[in-house]
Amino acid sequence: MDEVLSVRGLSKRYGQGCPACYELTGPRFETNLCPRCGSVVAAHDVSFSLYQGEILGIMGESGSGKSTAVKCLYFDEPPSAGSAEFFDQGEAYQLFDLNNAQQRRLANQRFGMVYQNPHLGLNFDISAGGNIAERLLMSNVDNYAQIRQRAISLLSRTEVLAERMDEMPRNFSGGMQQRVQIAKALATNPPLLFLDEVTTGLDLSVQAAILDLILEIQQQSRTSMIVVTHDLGVIRLLADRTLVMKYGRVIESGLTDQILEDPQHAYTQRLVASAL
Amino acid sequence: MAYVAIKGGAQAIEGSKLVYDYLRSRQAEDSQPLDTSTIENQLRLLHSRVISEGGVYHPQLASLAIKQAQGDTLEAAFALRAYRSTMPRLAETEALDSSRMRITRRISSAFKDIPGGQMLGATTDYHLRLMRMELLNESPEAFMAISRSWFEGCDVGQIPDTFPKVLDGLRQQGLLAETPAQPQQDQPFDITREPLIFPVPRSAALATMTRSEQGSLLALAYSNMRGYGDVHPTVAELRVGFVPVMLPHPISGKPMEIGEVEITECEVVAMYESDEQGGKPSFTLGYGACFGHNEVKAISMAILDRSLQKGMQGTPSNPSEDPEFVLLHIDGIDSMGFCTHYKMPHYVTFQSDMDRLRATQNKHAAEDQNS
Amino acid sequence: MNQEHFGFLDEYAKKEVRRATLKAVAIPGYQVPYSSREMPMGRGFGTGGLQLTLALIGRGETLKVIDQGSDDSVNAVNLRSFIEMTCPGIHTTIRTEQADLIQSRHRIPEKPLREDQLLVLQVPYPDALVVVEASEDRRKLLHGEADYSRLLVKLYEDIVKFSEITISHRYPTRINGHYVIDPSPIPRWDVPKLHNSPALILLGAGREKKIYAVPPYTQAEPLAFEDVPFRVEDFSDEHGQRRSCVRCGCNSSFLDEYVDSATGEQVYRCSDSDWCNQQLEQQQGVEQAVEVANG
Repeated sequence: MDEVLSVRGLSKRYGQGCPACYELTGPRFETNLCPRCGSVVAAHDVSFSLYQGEILGIMGESGSGKSTAVKCLYFDEPPSAGSAEFFDQGEAYQLFDLNNAQQRRLANQRFGMVYQNPHLGLNFDISAGGNIAERLLMSNVDNYAQIRQRAISLLSRTEVLAERMDEMPRNFSGGMQQRVQIAKALATNPPLLFLDEVTTGLDLSVQAAILDLILEIQQQSRTSMIVVTHDLGVIRLLADRTLVMKYGRVIESGLTDQILEDPQHAYTQRLVASAL
Repeated sequence: MAYVAIKGGAQAIEGSKLVYDYLRSRQAEDSQPLDTSTIENQLRLLHSRVISEGGVYHPQLASLAIKQAQGDTLEAAFALRAYRSTMPRLAETEALDSSRMRITRRISSAFKDIPGGQMLGATTDYHLRLMRMELLNESPEAFMAISRSWFEGCDVGQIPDTFPKVLDGLRQQGLLAETPAQPQQDQPFDITREPLIFPVPRSAALATMTRSEQGSLLALAYSNMRGYGDVHPTVAELRVGFVPVMLPHPISGKPMEIGEVEITECEVVAMYESDEQGGKPSFTLGYGACFGHNEVKAISMAILDRSLQKGMQGTPSNPSEDPEFVLLHIDGIDSMGFCTHYKMPHYVTFQSDMDRLRATQNKHAAEDQNS
Repeated sequence: MNQEHFGFLDEYAKKEVRRATLKAVAIPGYQVPYSSREMPMGRGFGTGGLQLTLALIGRGETLKVIDQGSDDSVNAVNLRSFIEMTCPGIHTTIRTEQADLIQSRHRIPEKPLREDQLLVLQVPYPDALVVVEASEDRRKLLHGEADYSRLLVKLYEDIVKFSEITISHRYPTRINGHYVIDPSPIPRWDVPKLHNSPALILLGAGREKKIYAVPPYTQAEPLAFEDVPFRVEDFSDEHGQRRSCVRCGCNSSFLDEYVDSATGEQVYRCSDSDWCNQQLEQQQGVEQAVEVANG
């Protein structure tokens, strides 16, 4: 299988930091707040590989560091340590060594991001179609008719009525906003998609439909995805492999089936038991 | 013919200058032209304002500017600024040391008693704003009697030359962060020689505010006071007086006093913040100072200094904390110039606007017909 | 007024303007910040263009100043007489072809400029991105990365809403394939004149303290879509006939429209007054020649 992303030793710390930060935090101490200097160790020593067409789940409760890892990879925040290599069209990119322009190019053209909060992923001052157009325009597509056509096909693929493409996102329901976000993320056919709690806060039926859509996309386009969630159900349905995070550390990883059938870590056991 | 609208400009401008000047002299039969020292003394605060906004300490030219601008502060400050553009820079003074201020007024609202004592000085703060009808027909004799009676029985010897600064007391108690022992290495930012490129250092913000238009500065500071912000200041000290200006002697290099400038200085103390660097929490400080006697301006500036420092550290959460918003919108010369320019002809751009509107309307009509 | 110094500004200020100008020419379309001085006319009245002119003009050179295409509009008159007063030894002209340096507000002359001429445009808003991003700090990043997608989205939304690009003037134009500039409030009619211009074009914003340039023979492309092209102002009447100037009859110039106060009719005249005069002179010359020939 082709490796798409290789992450090694990724760490993110907020605050001034001290030599004891990493030694005195984590699941063993049941905190990610350094008792010496008060810094927050949001994530430490996160390593994993992602292969083409695979969906990797990162599961944990809020504050476990699962979103932090994805934000670093999508360049929303700089990491404190670690490396990430992205393999694309025969090239290898050391993500954290790239300059801003190179990072922006990758984020715009080769990655897609869907946030829990649609305000982060969509520009609410422009139409749904305009949001998709923006991503295409960043990738130097400059034909108006082509942009319209592409926006229509993306929106119909994510089951948004094409007639509504010129409406403002604020007129849409939460589920529809997520569909527009997904359409926007897919605009450039990115080989790598990040999904951060995309179904949280939506009605159950809407959640199911969106999860179906994500699976369909993965099956049709062989897009690699990282799905961040606190929801065991989402992991069960989507993820081939899963990392479980707690207090900024990966405490367990492996095939999703295995983790759900035979969880090793006490925290995962509790989690699985409570969901059954 | 319609074309006349922009023809004959030269003549119109000449005529406009004449009528502008005529309006100044309508009463020529029974009054004198204003002399500059009258403006400086009898319109003291207007004069202060123009000196401060013009950014050139030249009392006589400031009076002249007020006279020729017929009292418009923006125009008067503008004339001073344009005058400055023609002047080469000959020397740089040392930083003014306001602890050496010869004080005419000094108050603290933080402490009942301050070292050296409070000195109310010349202020309208506690005046009743009632019309003083007796000034309508003031006789020269009555006018002269004012200063005579003021100096009578005045014991000049009792007033010390300088006063200790209130903030030094707070520093000694550890309630305020220490000033750096070494003066800062960086040269202060010179806004007359460098454009503001954001983010800018605090010295650039202070320099911009000290030359700013008083009303604009007050409006932004007031927005912070009212709730679009949370500085909640206490005036630790407000002082007005004269500060010596020091220049190095051209031969010996020793600093020597070449004169003094009147300034108003205000230091506000705001609520404490935890120190980012792990130090102990202490009160924070806002600083304001400007040429002349301008208390509202000095206080507004001190409040905005504090709010801007906050905004520079993190993300501004309201306009008064946003350095770009504050610093690019308070200069009177810039803002009045741009406001005024809308009176100039815009025929060409308006022609383009009409072209776009007509094209859009035609499309609209065509679409309506089709549907 | 007794300004002794040539060009009003002190020499340090002039040097700074020249340094900024060199940088602007070296990086086509990049807005070079400079510490714009206060001039004796209002910010917004062309103080940026004026500082460029004062820093660049020398004795013996010939200056033309126009506003709205006219040498005789109030602001042009005002600027010209100030420059004449502070720069003794320069000549002024209203003839485009005679000028070494042309300072203009809102128009580029109809007559094509030459390599040995210099055009200075007065700029109120230097940054084309200001309509989509208020913070200068963030705009600098966007320019650096040549990220103009938000401007293009604005065009996209325009077409969606109005089936037309509604930008009438100050049309965003990409210089040398990278920086997008605000070409000053010239009409769209004048934007193509920037492209591969033989003359150096300098743009000065006094209030916003920026200088930028379109160097000679440099690409200048108005932002548009491949299939929704940039279009200049349309001066056709309701029958599709190109309107012409009532004064000189020219049907290929940018026109101002008026209501004739005598007849109440809508009439059109050349916006470029020198162009209009020269068209007339040419016709009269031809008529005279014809008369002479017939006589």
